[in-house]
Amino acid sequence: MRQNRQNQTRNLPCQKRSIRHSFCLYTHYLSINIRSAMEYKSSFFLTALGQFLVSFHVFLGILFLFQRFSNVKGFTYSEVLLCYSIVLLEFSLAEMFARGFDQFSEMVRSGSFDRVLVRPRNELLQVLGSKFELTRIGRLLQALAMFFYGILQSHILWTPGKIITVIFMLFGGTCLFSGIFLLYASLCFFTLEGLEFMNIATDGAREYGKYPLSIYGKRMLQFTTFVIPYALVQYYPLLYLLDKRNGVFYVFLPLLSVLFLAPCYLLWRFGVKCYTSSGS
Amino acid sequence: MKKYFSFFRLRFSMGLQYRTAALAGIVTQFTWGAMEVLAFRAFYETDANSFPMSLSATCTYVWLQQAFLALFAAWLMDNELLESIINGNIAYELCRPIHIYDMWFSKSIANRLAKALLRSFPIIFIAACLPAPYGLSLPADPGYFLLFLLTLVLGLAVTVSFCMLVHVLAFFTISPRGLQMIFVSAADFFAGGIIPLPFFPKKVQFFMELLPFASMQNVPLRVYSGSMTEAELAKALGLQILWLLLLLAGGRKLCQYGEQKLTVQGG
Repeated sequence: MRQNRQNQTRNLPCQKRSIRHSFCLYTHYLSINIRSAMEYKSSFFLTALGQFLVSFHVFLGILFLFQRFSNVKGFTYSEVLLCYSIVLLEFSLAEMFARGFDQFSEMVRSGSFDRVLVRPRNELLQVLGSKFELTRIGRLLQALAMFFYGILQSHILWTPGKIITVIFMLFGGTCLFSGIFLLYASLCFFTLEGLEFMNIATDGAREYGKYPLSIYGKRMLQFTTFVIPYALVQYYPLLYLLDKRNGVFYVFLPLLSVLFLAPCYLLWRFGVKCYTSSGS
Repeated sequence: MKKYFSFFRLRFSMGLQYRTAALAGIVTQFTWGAMEVLAFRAFYETDANSFPMSLSATCTYVWLQQAFLALFAAWLMDNELLESIINGNIAYELCRPIHIYDMWFSKSIANRLAKALLRSFPIIFIAACLPAPYGLSLPADPGYFLLFLLTLVLGLAVTVSFCMLVHVLAFFTISPRGLQMIFVSAADFFAGGIIPLPFFPKKVQFFMELLPFASMQNVPLRVYSGSMTEAELAKALGLQILWLLLLLAGGRKLCQYGEQKLTVQGG
């Protein structure tokens, strides 16, 4: 019997603490989440369909607006679609993988973060692994469809530079949105509940990121360049894609937004240090 | 009737307790409104001739929409109610000598009214102080303002009766989240939550105005700035009353049917 139990512990996945094993643990979390989501298949597909429809309706809004207007501040329908689809892709990816942060307030309030802290693993990894919102696949598919439609319509001459720009945009944008989710979670250490106005930075950015940020005026562009760098993953590289600007500089600009993760992570560390359990 | 009124009163005073949440909501809604106004300004500056309403009427629409969001947002579902169906607490309610539909209806209305009461005035006040085309303008004339109030109440009733219908569907599916999301996003779109109905192409707009969703926020928000003709107004009012009666009747029937079929699992 005793022998048996020892064997079991040895066979548990992801035993050692290293980056490779952390990754292994992460995929293990992922597979648990997939399996639990698949237990309720009809609910999963209906929710995914719901997600699809939510952003599909926003797309219809753009479609009908552009039947009335030929362009907005020089951006045509297909260019706006391309812009919106990239933002939506970034957002859905971030939401799928960083959803744990979104529900973090619940973890703090119920005190289950205590359990995370006593485990000998990185707490960030555990919170990330606590929830994957796979139903966002619906939104992701919608964004992909729009993305290809936008590409076909906008007659962009694709050069290697532009393809790399799109990849960097997706990477930078996913990091940026994940950073905002992390910020949201970190604030929960101090407020105990999720702050509704943080919606502006997440859902608001997704919703109003459908148009290139310059149309909202100069000040909004400055704010989204220097404070929360949405424009780095949306407006400036888009100009490069559409041949409105030239320069290798624009290709690498989206990567700068990864820097936004640093202050968010520092706030998280600070929050973990200040954490006093609230649960019972 | 009296017991439903006390449900209403209880829920209403409960809703008034969440003041910090209301403050956060005001900040959020004000920012959303501002972004919306900025987006419409960009379209207006690009091509003013294609605008179906004046810019000031559009901005007024946006601000009123944000101010009264709690009244009309279909996504503002009553989670307590859905939970009670899922976790079986509804069994207690069924023992009481009340009609479940009526009780939920009065609670839902109270909840929305309390939320709107806390949130609307600050937003209206700030929006009214904004410079001319971008702020909230005065109603077209006092008559229109009275009509606005009337259609606001009717619109709220239509919204709640539609949401009730979606709630009642939870009787028939164990996990109502997905269905709910589908209905809610459709309602939001067809009601003019994403872009106001006048911005749709004429033919599409004609069909959309016949749907029950157009009887929600679309009518009061457009009546306020006087951007509807008298004939349009009469038709809109008639449709509001018609849809309200149909949705109420449908919801009650479905609720009764659901109650009969209901099996409460667990203990």
